[in-house]
Amino acid sequence: MDHDHHHGHDHDHDPHAPASDDPLPAPEDAALETAIRELLIEKGVITAEDVHRQIDVLDSRSPALGAQVVARAWMDPAFRGALMEEPLAAIEAAFDVAMTGGAFPALQVVANEPGLHNVVVCTLCSCYPRVLLGVPPAWYKAAAYRSRVVRDPRGVLAEFGTVLPADTEVRVHDSTADLRYFVLPSRPPGTEEWNETALAAIVTRDCMIGTALPRP
Amino acid sequence: MAPARLAPGAAVRVRPGPPEPHCRTPFYLRGKAGVVEAFAGVHRDPSLLAYCRPGLPARALYRVRFRQRDLWPEYAGAADDSLVADIYEHWLDPVEG
Repeated sequence: MDHDHHHGHDHDHDPHAPASDDPLPAPEDAALETAIRELLIEKGVITAEDVHRQIDVLDSRSPALGAQVVARAWMDPAFRGALMEEPLAAIEAAFDVAMTGGAFPALQVVANEPGLHNVVVCTLCSCYPRVLLGVPPAWYKAAAYRSRVVRDPRGVLAEFGTVLPADTEVRVHDSTADLRYFVLPSRPPGTEEWNETALAAIVTRDCMIGTALPRP
Repeated sequence: MAPARLAPGAAVRVRPGPPEPHCRTPFYLRGKAGVVEAFAGVHRDPSLLAYCRPGLPARALYRVRFRQRDLWPEYAGAADDSLVADIYEHWLDPVEG
């Protein structure tokens, strides 16, 4: 064996090393993305327009849509029922926004209720319900959140200012595969007379990840 | 298409199994006992899709619930605290009651 052979890259690469917290892609990753994208366009597999259309679709989603969905579910029991059964179809029908058709993975809505609080993570990468919340925050993709929330969820939630009573079950959802999780928070007391717009305004992104609670 | 072999409520144990490429079964769940919460459909196998293969046979996917105290001996939260992960059927062994 030729021990003097050099591959031109690190030999100590560990495939199980934790992902970097760096929110920016490494220069070599960015160069790889550009090269593959240009090749796919050059060979006619996709068009530049396809790429920009998909970016537009992703940019069109933000936590505002998720908040509208939550407020509607609080106001309308029939919508809530449909949302729990077939979330993408229910949202598409109620809000006239494209959800079905395979552009987005299946959505699983998990509802908070008295005695149960849900929180979402993806320990393996950074799966996120982009169809409803848009681009994930940097902390959601950080190794600190992903590794700690599965083993000390109450400690992590407390750091977000969310302290839950001991008799409330904390249920962590690790979206390891083909489902994306979305938390339907409980409607807070004191909002009984509020309209849907006012309700949507208190539903923050973090409420739908499960790290926060809506506050009137 | 493979039908679901495991019913909700079934006791299961995650296989300790060797890692496979692009595996979607986290290491911290290997060998752990849980309960099937729900069948989550049949999906093409991501460990094959990642390598531009057709991802067949498609695999049944389950939402499996674990007790936090079964996952982490030092777990300091409430006894009922739980964790749900999506696990493919070929990573699950039924546990005899």
